[in-house]
Amino acid sequence: MLSALKISGLKKTYKGGFEALKGIDLTVKQGDFFALLGPNGAGKSTTIGIITSLVNKSAGKVEVFGHDIDQELETAKSFIGLVPQEFNFNQFESLMKILVNQAGYYGVERKIAVQRAEKYLKQLNLWEKRNDAARMLSGGMKRRLMIARALMHEPQMLILDEPTAGVDIELRRSMWEFLKELNKQGITIILTTHYLEEAEMLCRNIAIIDSGIIVENTDMKSLLAKLDVETFVFDLKPNNTPTELAEFSSRVIDGHTLEVDVKKSQTINSVFIELNKQGIEVLSMRNKSNRLEELFVGLVGSGQATSQSAVKE
Amino acid sequence: MASSRNIIALKSIMHKEIHRFMRIWVQTLVPPAITISLYFVIFGSLIGSRIGQMGGFDYMSFIVPGLIMMSVITNSYSNVASSFFSAKWQRNVEEMLVAPVPNWVIVAGYVGGGMARGMLVGGIVTIVSMFFVDIQIHNIWVIIVTVALTSATFALGGLINAIFAGSFDDISIIPTFILTPLTYLGGVFYSISLLPDFWQGVSQINPIVYMVNAFRYGFLGISDVSLTLSFAVLGVFIVSLYTIAMVLITKGIGLRS
Repeated sequence: MLSALKISGLKKTYKGGFEALKGIDLTVKQGDFFALLGPNGAGKSTTIGIITSLVNKSAGKVEVFGHDIDQELETAKSFIGLVPQEFNFNQFESLMKILVNQAGYYGVERKIAVQRAEKYLKQLNLWEKRNDAARMLSGGMKRRLMIARALMHEPQMLILDEPTAGVDIELRRSMWEFLKELNKQGITIILTTHYLEEAEMLCRNIAIIDSGIIVENTDMKSLLAKLDVETFVFDLKPNNTPTELAEFSSRVIDGHTLEVDVKKSQTINSVFIELNKQGIEVLSMRNKSNRLEELFVGLVGSGQATSQSAVKE
Repeated sequence: MASSRNIIALKSIMHKEIHRFMRIWVQTLVPPAITISLYFVIFGSLIGSRIGQMGGFDYMSFIVPGLIMMSVITNSYSNVASSFFSAKWQRNVEEMLVAPVPNWVIVAGYVGGGMARGMLVGGIVTIVSMFFVDIQIHNIWVIIVTVALTSATFALGGLINAIFAGSFDDISIIPTFILTPLTYLGGVFYSISLLPDFWQGVSQINPIVYMVNAFRYGFLGISDVSLTLSFAVLGVFIVSLYTIAMVLITKGIGLRS
């Protein structure tokens, strides 16, 4: 199958010598829902900037649906829809004008552009605001406007850089549904996010970048399977006096909360058996943190070590 | 396919640019009309009547082409300088940079917007001047070609200024310290033949002299310099400034990191 995105040996050194990308390789399959994760300053936005030609690369190759950005830049660009991290529309223009103009830059006839603008403004609950200046919108509405704008030329690949940053949970969930629906229609989606729950819920494949190096690139299931230990929090019935469990690494947090680390080789049933033995009743149980988050913290830590050693070499 | 896409993109940029200055017409179209009326009242009626004739025409008729040209120059320059810099500042220039819009289309779109404002203001100023003086036309084609080439030249200048500008102050420095002095010394208010030989020679390195005189020729049939030379100067400026603008945008100076 044709790759939606193929990056090889991509490097970027900014003026002043900061090396943002140290030679990354990445392939995103057509139709994929792909997460590009990493801490602040890891190189995610630089990578996206190079793919969308907002940043000049120092070395390497980028192909979008088989079109090299050095040879066929305009063709490559026509496949991509970009939702950037920061609001970058004209704050004084109306929503309708922003969308119709954007479609025009991709060669979409005005009549068709107006129809598409209506479709996406309605789907993203912005139709009532269509004649308002963009500066009048709330933060969440501005994010949705940028998604609508990126879809105006019906791209085959949508790149979203932190699309749900600062968006409340209800709206975030509705945006997830919208993105899942787009992906079902065949649009390849590349997402960067700080909400790891979001990446875990939406994405099938994942790359983790740290200090300009890809430290992990695999499918989500394989990555989560690498998690050796999960920490569970047990809320206990009042008047129970929890003690630490013998076969598990556990911690008593307060009079009615117990934290237990469960290894892959152990079962949660065994935890309950031990608690039963002590006559302790459990009211509820939850993961202490998101599973991907636990892996991410581990990988990014080791990535820093890797990049530091690479710099020394 | 690509050519029709480029034409739609060009129309979109021009539509956006024209809509922008029409939306803020109180700031863009009204001030030149007021300023030019004051010029006519002060330099034309009050002072002009004491000056008498210049180049065989009464002073008011003599300064009309220069005043129109001054408005065209200022407006075509400032339109592109402020619009493109504002697009950089708000980062909405990225809307075009991520799209498959060739660089020449971006340049042509912004220059087209600047020319539209320059020529519209030129038209408004011409209408205002009709209240003060009987306009005569010697050669309409010279007028049209001169105003089109002059507005294109200064729109390109405004674009280059905006590409380099890092703050709003940077887009007012060149109009204040270069354009305005060159315009005032460009024969708008006098014939350069009145100057001593040395200053006539100095004036001939001022490109605005050629633009104002070609334009004046279109109205009155008189010029201090050769018409052919005037068009040659305009042609050289347009080709040079277009080349510079294209190189800057292609390299992404001030636009891409």
